[in-house]
Amino acid sequence: MTDPLTPVLSADWGTDRAWTREVYESTGGYSALRTALRMAPDDLITLVKDSGLRGRGGAGFPTGMKWSFIPQDADTPGGGKPKYLVVNADESEPGTCKDMPLMMATPHTLIEGALIAAHAIRAETAFIYVRGEVLHVVRRLRAAAREAYEAGYAGKDVLGSGKDIDLVIHAGAGAYICGEETALLDSLEGRRGQPRLRPPFPAVEGLYACPTVVNNVESIASVPSIVRGGADWFNAFGTEKSKGYVIYSLSGHVKRPGQYEAPLGITLRELIDLGGGMREGSELKFWTPGGSSTPLLTAEHLDMPLDYESVGAAGSMLGTRALQIFDQTTSVVRCVLRWTEFYKHESCGKCTPCREGTWWLVQTLKRLDDGQGREGDIELLLDLCDNILGRSFCALGDGATSPISSAIQHFRDEFEQGMHTPSSELFPPAASTLFPQEVSA
Amino acid sequence: MSISTPDAGLPAEVAANAEPPVELLTLTIDDVEVSVPKGTLVIRAAELVGTEIPRFCDHPLLDPVGACRQCLVEITDAGNGRGFPKPQASCTIEVAAGMVVKTQVTSPVAEKAQRGNMEFLLINHPLDCPVCDKGGECPLQNQAMTHGQGETRFIETKRTFPKPIKVSEQVLLDRERCVLCARCTRFSEQIAGDPFIALVERGPQQQVGIFEEQPFHSYFSGNTIQICPVGALTSADYRFRSRPFDLVSTPSIAEHDASGSAIRVDHRRGKVMRRLAGDDPEVNEEWITDKDRFAFAYATQGDRIRTPLVRNAAGELEPASWPAALAVAARGLAAADGQVGVLTGGRLTVQDAFAYSKFARTVLRTNDIDFRARAHSDEEAQFLASHVAATQLVVSFADLERASTVVLVGLEPEDEAGSIFLRLRKAVRRHGVEVVAIASHRTRGLAKLSGELVRTAPGDEPAALAALQLDDRAIILAGERLAAVPGAFSAAVAAAGRSGARLAWVPRRAGDRGAVEAGCLPTLLPGGRPVEDTEARADLAAAWGVESIPGRTGRDTTAILADAARGSVKALLIAGVEIADLPDPAGARAGLAKADFVVSLEVRESEVTAVADVVLPIAPTVEKPGTFVNWEGRLRTFGAVLPEPSSLTDIRVLAGIAEEMGRPLGFRTVAGAQDAMTELGPWDGARAAAPTVEPTTGTPGGRTVVLDSWRLLVDDGRGQDGQAQYKATARPAVLRASEATLKAFDVEPGGLATISTEAGSVTFPTQVADLPDGVVWAPANSGVSLRSVLGAGFGDRVALSGANA
Repeated sequence: MTDPLTPVLSADWGTDRAWTREVYESTGGYSALRTALRMAPDDLITLVKDSGLRGRGGAGFPTGMKWSFIPQDADTPGGGKPKYLVVNADESEPGTCKDMPLMMATPHTLIEGALIAAHAIRAETAFIYVRGEVLHVVRRLRAAAREAYEAGYAGKDVLGSGKDIDLVIHAGAGAYICGEETALLDSLEGRRGQPRLRPPFPAVEGLYACPTVVNNVESIASVPSIVRGGADWFNAFGTEKSKGYVIYSLSGHVKRPGQYEAPLGITLRELIDLGGGMREGSELKFWTPGGSSTPLLTAEHLDMPLDYESVGAAGSMLGTRALQIFDQTTSVVRCVLRWTEFYKHESCGKCTPCREGTWWLVQTLKRLDDGQGREGDIELLLDLCDNILGRSFCALGDGATSPISSAIQHFRDEFEQGMHTPSSELFPPAASTLFPQEVSA
Repeated sequence: MSISTPDAGLPAEVAANAEPPVELLTLTIDDVEVSVPKGTLVIRAAELVGTEIPRFCDHPLLDPVGACRQCLVEITDAGNGRGFPKPQASCTIEVAAGMVVKTQVTSPVAEKAQRGNMEFLLINHPLDCPVCDKGGECPLQNQAMTHGQGETRFIETKRTFPKPIKVSEQVLLDRERCVLCARCTRFSEQIAGDPFIALVERGPQQQVGIFEEQPFHSYFSGNTIQICPVGALTSADYRFRSRPFDLVSTPSIAEHDASGSAIRVDHRRGKVMRRLAGDDPEVNEEWITDKDRFAFAYATQGDRIRTPLVRNAAGELEPASWPAALAVAARGLAAADGQVGVLTGGRLTVQDAFAYSKFARTVLRTNDIDFRARAHSDEEAQFLASHVAATQLVVSFADLERASTVVLVGLEPEDEAGSIFLRLRKAVRRHGVEVVAIASHRTRGLAKLSGELVRTAPGDEPAALAALQLDDRAIILAGERLAAVPGAFSAAVAAAGRSGARLAWVPRRAGDRGAVEAGCLPTLLPGGRPVEDTEARADLAAAWGVESIPGRTGRDTTAILADAARGSVKALLIAGVEIADLPDPAGARAGLAKADFVVSLEVRESEVTAVADVVLPIAPTVEKPGTFVNWEGRLRTFGAVLPEPSSLTDIRVLAGIAEEMGRPLGFRTVAGAQDAMTELGPWDGARAAAPTVEPTTGTPGGRTVVLDSWRLLVDDGRGQDGQAQYKATARPAVLRASEATLKAFDVEPGGLATISTEAGSVTFPTQVADLPDGVVWAPANSGVSLRSVLGAGFGDRVALSGANA
């Protein structure tokens, strides 16, 4: 069997001091920026379009198309204003942990990508909005940005091209909602992070009411390799509609959790094999394809290709490819309660269904987790989810309902058991814990 | 006269400024086709087909936010053949041609979405409707009845907060009742420009918070209470006082400024419990100042005069019967033999003012009548005769939104005409209108209007006006303070004439404009008839059925009082005048003391009462019908809120005196006075000439500075008596000057400073501001009346020193 891994973004993660400019340059780093600066911006946009790169932040929107939405004609609305690139590095989705290691290991990949993207959309400033809690990542990015300035990759007259591109590394204040792009923009402007009304869309009125592209870290980090390898090379990875390589974050009850870079379309069975299989004596019970906001799947989906279309067809979403693996020792009710508590804590409060709905869901789930469920609680949960899904202001509320409705769909009997037996009796927490010493709390 | 013909004679400019025709789009809502202007939101288009979509955060005058999600509808076709997969918030979506909308009436999806949302809103809402002020008039309560379900499925724990917290002294917040619609925070940010409240925290803990370092000092805070769709915001003085269903509501007009704002007065068993903003899109939209809302207790203070009083032989006032009092008044006025001065003040309705005007001319046979109880000049009277009297809607509130530039001179609208301020802010925000203030410094109001300051020392306004470059879409709003500056009104007229800009006069008091129309001026008869015009006098004499109208130009307020002190004015008839407001209170007191006979028509005891020979109690605004003419020249008619049979209008009392003197007025009621005005009509002859007064150059003297001053909205005016919580929201009284000025006069910036004249001195804490050197600003009546103590006001020179000097 050929090695299914295709390390491109993660190729140098094992290299000593890969985060320094020196090491990055020694493996061809910043050559893509030189190439890109010689290209017309529109040709760059066409290249990325042709590559088939789709947003790696979860929604999978074609990146090149997003760039092409930026009005460049001074006569069109917003065309005469400054343009901005904003990199969404507010990685907070439960289970998702791909961007942080990437920025820790090879921050220059992101910085080179951001400079190329800024050139493509004719932005003179690129912002990287990093989740506030990860101070070590912020430091590393800032050091990398400083190195980029020192080498003339950023700042005035980048590499003699006559282009000015400034980099701003901004630390958020630790709110999940700021991963939502319009909330991120509000936060970046110094306001309270809450999603904005759309339209206007960020492409027309984003940061400071100017045309703005908001892209995920991994999307932008993929750009240098596309410039180096070309659209056809990138195209060769993946499936018909889901092109390229992505980072899969494998976590949970597997032997070797971690980041696995492979083409889109690989199956979970292959990934678990790469991870050394399930932990000793365990079998797969359920899993999330892209973090807790994507409806959970079961062992029947082990051989489903992990691409945007196939996962969508199975009733879930590829999302951020945060593969959380749970084995038979796990209480799905308890797991869903934990996730829902997260959404309640992170709901921004702007809209009613999300704010009040998560408050209610947590209390009902808690009852079921305690074995105190009442007749009709399952129908109540499903109805509450129905009243939140598609009714809330942004996707946070939708995401909060996904684990609940999918869990009831696949494991209804476990919820039924919540009418009389606490989950801690059915599934003693210690059995599903990977790190027993942490159970004391 | 003009005010009886509201539609006649609109100036050409008004027609030229009419809105362009609107583009109509046709869509289908609940299977009904409707055409609405482009840009209309679906929620409002639905109202036109008779569907009321429930809503909380939506407010027609606030920017859409889409937060509460109560107004979800199904849009099966967005106008492009494709529908939305999810229900959409109808308050954020504009209509499109061919759009198909299904509301709760025709869509089970929309109906369930709304029902589900209502259930969410109620899970954390307390069931305290029986003790909540809003119960009975509560959008949440009402819409929970129409769009919610009777039983809750929520059996768990509700979110609670300690009750209540003070947003300000006047506004209280019960956080657990709040549905987080953000109406109050959006109002504060978008309309008033006082963003001192904001949503803080997140999720179910989200709440309206205050900024501890800067209190919620807004002149418009009461509006947040009124637009709160639940009982979360309440006012300190109405909280727990009444239930909506016990109140009788009467539409009325606010009497505190010249805006003519529509209000609603709610009373219970003869007592006013609260006042709310009325809804008049042409005037105040749905907003009023806190003064208009909270300052209504003045009429029920202990010093209300309840019976006629006559001074007896011992020199003491004693209660008298109406016939006796009227007879004494008539005898006293008759004895003065035409040497009677009439001071009417700013509180009168136009009908009242008309009665004084006719009383002066036909009963007292004099033109010695003046409504101006503040600094005034012949130039001002000439301006009022040439440019204000018998005009109407030369500039309207709506015109402010369509102007290119609005120039403010001698006017601080946030303090002196709150509705103008709010409309200007809308004009700036929505239509990019530029505001230019000819003023001494950049006030908070001007900053909120993003306005440009033409920094001008009081007295230099004529030069600033002369230097203005305006186009013909500009508007100049001139405040009454300009009367203290020689040449200012002339320069304003010239500036308007030069550019084609329009010019409007914005007085401070509600009755001022009506008094001009009614001819309460020494040079002006009713309907804009100049006294000096023989034909105008003949016309009026014929209409009134009298032989002639006195032809001698009358004396103004200052002259009347000065001549009273000299003895050449023998009697005074005084209506709503506070002595402390007059340009020279000391001189006025001397005049009052010297006059042989003083008749006072007043609501409450005042300084005039103490010297009056006859005191005749009259009805406060709340107890009488009438009409205020606002600054636009618009008639603002209102009925009596509390019809008190024993409470007489000025008209009735004057008619009584007139009859006693053998020269009946010809009317006894407000309706009668109105009929007489309508019959008379406006003067259609030549208008008085515009003033052309040259500015004078001031003479700086010794250690003096020029005083700039106006009244803050919340101050010690007697119309605000009896409202402690409202008064606690007043801005602190400070003296403002440049740092250089303060230092030049040995005042520590931020320390205390004293301004003084020969009459007296006043001390204020100082605040450094961007005034020209040699100019200080101090509030006219906050803690102390500058006029009363210093005998000085806007434009006068005062000495400045450190507090210890």
